[in-house]
This record gives sequence, structure tokens and C-alpha cells, in this order.
Amino acid sequence: MHNVRLIARLDVKGPNLVKGIQLEGLRKMGNPNKFAKKYYDEGIDEIIYMDIVASLYERDNIKEIVRRTSEDIFIPVTVGGGIRSVEDAREILRAGADKVAINTAAIKNPQLISDVSLRFGSQCMVLSIEAKRIGDGQWEAYYDYGREKTGIDVVQWARQGYELGAGEILLTSIDMEGGAKGFDTELVRTISDMLPIPVIASGGMGSIDDLESVIREGHADAVAMAHVLHYGSCSVHEIKEECLQRNIRVRVG
Amino acid sequence: MKNVVVIDYGMGNLLSVRRAFEFCGAHVEITSVPGRVERAEYLVLPGVGAFADGMSELESRDLVKAVRRFAKTGRPFMGICLGMQMMMEAGEEFGIHKGLALIPGTVSMIAKEGPDGSSHKIPHIGWNGLFPPHDNGRWDNTILHGISPGESAYFVHSFSAVPAHPDNDLAGCFYNGLRLCAVLQSGNVYGCQFHPEKSSSVGLRIIDNFLKIQPIRQ
Repeated sequence: MHNVRLIARLDVKGPNLVKGIQLEGLRKMGNPNKFAKKYYDEGIDEIIYMDIVASLYERDNIKEIVRRTSEDIFIPVTVGGGIRSVEDAREILRAGADKVAINTAAIKNPQLISDVSLRFGSQCMVLSIEAKRIGDGQWEAYYDYGREKTGIDVVQWARQGYELGAGEILLTSIDMEGGAKGFDTELVRTISDMLPIPVIASGGMGSIDDLESVIREGHADAVAMAHVLHYGSCSVHEIKEECLQRNIRVRVG
Repeated sequence: MKNVVVIDYGMGNLLSVRRAFEFCGAHVEITSVPGRVERAEYLVLPGVGAFADGMSELESRDLVKAVRRFAKTGRPFMGICLGMQMMMEAGEEFGIHKGLALIPGTVSMIAKEGPDGSSHKIPHIGWNGLFPPHDNGRWDNTILHGISPGESAYFVHSFSAVPAHPDNDLAGCFYNGLRLCAVLQSGNVYGCQFHPEKSSSVGLRIIDNFLKIQPIRQ
């Protein structure tokens, strides 16, 4: 096992960090740059910003947030939400993001995965998948923050995304997101064992036990967390200390 | 203030590199003009992408000769990720391609299995510890000055430099039991496989050290 990456996921609406419950019902938390800087200072490994409005008129907010992030945060930054074209991806990368996470536009036009990957490198292209459990070992891909069904099987979609050039999968369980009751470990293991690219588990972390099980049983390469950090129930430092106690390898420092 | 020239040859995002060097107090100029590159006080060759694309982008801007001439001046030079790999003689990504040949050796795909036969994910993405080849005495007065063995930097790569001479191997990291070259050195020519501009305080210390490197009189 090598170091597991611990990632702070910040869902952003306009200029605010928000936290939702099962991707619905949002609470405003404040300035996302301040939260990101705090997590960076405490030792988080990466930042993910998800622009959950991402209408054409509000794109400038996220770009400004990313631009400010690049001034004093020196770790990888991924931005998702509302990226519909290679040109959108270029603008976000130019603002200072290292990777873009794409869901909706990739479902509507899978070729976009190849286009972004060929233009900027597969390390830039994170395929974001929202998965809802529909049966035993079966999940359906959703988009628009769990609002829209696609009828697409998550396992097949993840494989196709990899074949088209995705460099990582950000895998969010709609069932567990915002509940702080643990990850969908079986979902994460199914995708992580199948693909030779890293899988970021997202949605559901409420405790270190959840983190441990999604790493040990889910074989997650990276773990995105929101609730536990934003509500201050654990600091990044405490999480890392506890990981080391439990023999889970994480970056120290 | 130290003046840093960052080479823009169309491979990857230069904003993070600029910001990190500025954060460390440098004045940064981003350019693709060969004359500016050759006359730089400190030179940085960043880059993300494929080896052959990188070399052809350098060639199409007439930058290969300028970079090679700069490397001979003894002034400090840092290659990052693809920029580091291109410092080698040849790359084996989609065929054999000539590199800048500043450091003897080649660039090849990371082995698909560890020494015990177990598989791992490629690219190698994430934070990994830096370790000297033998003892850490060699890190004094290099870009790794004051870094403790085991401190982590952020990597994302599928190919890895294999220097021909152990003298050029300043640090490595371990991935599923494989040792991958992390830092190359030949005089004042340095290559980092990881991204110092994305490696938090460790990366900033490495950049800070680089900016303290004095030119070697030729």
C-alpha cells in the first residue's frame, strides 16, 4: 500500500462554500478560500472545488476562487461543475486548476473525455461519477447532483471513461453523500479493483472508521471528505495522526 | 531579487509554477523567446505531457539549442516532470525520441509490476517520500538542502528517468517496491520528477534552495 491521498471537497455555490445533504438542501458555510487555506495549512493533500450552480452567468465566481487559491495554496486543485467543453476546461486550468472533473457533459458527449485528455493530458481529466445503488452490485449513473437519471450502468461507464482517457475517477455515492454514515465501500471496491487508474471515494465520511473501511475494504486510492472537515468534527491533522496510529499510510508534514 | 525565466513551449499550465516561484520571492518571466532563455539568471523548464510532443514543441520554437547552451553556462537550471525527463538522452514513449541530452540515460515506462510480481496503478499519482541513493550527505548545498529523507512530494507520471551514472541520481522514491528516480543532478542542472510547485511546504523549500544556488564558473 502506498500513501492514500486525503482530499478536501468544497462544494461551492456562487461565492460561498455550501454543504448539502444527499446533494439536496444546502447550507451556506462561508468563504471557500478561507476553508481551503485552513485545510492546506493543516496538511490536506489536495483540494476539490465543485461548482454546484455552474450556470453560464456565475462561472466567474469559481474562476476567481481558483485564482485566489493559486496564490497561496501549493497542492493539486481539481475543479468540477459546469465544464462543458475543451474551452471551459482550458479556462479553469488557466485560472490555476490542475485537473478538471467532468460528469454531465461527459455523459451527454463521451468524446469530451478524449478531447480533454488529448489536449491537456489524462492526468488533467477526472471523470466524476454520481452513483445510485439500484440493486445488488448494481449502480446507476446520475448527473446534476443526483437529480437526473441516465439509465447508464456505473461499472460500464467507469470502464468506458477509462478507455476514453480519464486519468482518475471521482466516485460519489448519492445514497451516502451528506449522511456522514460511511462510504458505499462495495461501490468503491468494484470500480477501484476493475480499473488501473486511481479512484477517489467521495460521499459519506463521518468518522475515521469510515475512512479506514473505504481504504482497507474499498481499496480507495484517495478519499474526499467534506462534512467532517467543514463542521470541524475532525481536523486534517487529527485525521492523519489517527491514520498513522491505524497503520494507514498518509503523507506526513 | 532573483530573476527566473520559465520556458513556455505550450506544454502545460505555467500559472502554478509562476505563483510558487513568486511566493519564494523571485521575479518570474514566462517566455518562449530563445534569446531570453539563453540569458536567464535562473531557468525553469516545466511541462506536462508526452516526451515526443515536448521535444517537438521545443524544436518548433527553436528552443533546443538555447536550452542546451544555457545548461553549459553553469547557471542554475531546473526541469520539472516532463521538463526533467527531456533532460535525458532519449525517451521511450511511443517510440524512441531524442532528448536534450544534458544528463546521460533514458526515460522509460514505469514497470507494470513490483519486484514481488504484484501490480499497481499507473500513472503513479500522489505523495511519496524522497530518499537519497546512499546517505543524505550529498543533499547539502543542493536543492534538497535541509530536506529530511522520507519527506514527501507530489508525483504524477507514467514514465521515469533512468540515469546512466549513479552520480546523477540525487533522490528516488519507492512505488510498490520499485525505486523511481525523483531528482537528477549534474552540476547546476537539476531535474525533479515531482512537482515542487504542488508539493506544499517541502516543494517551496526546494524552490527556495534552488534560488540560493550560485552559478558555477565555467
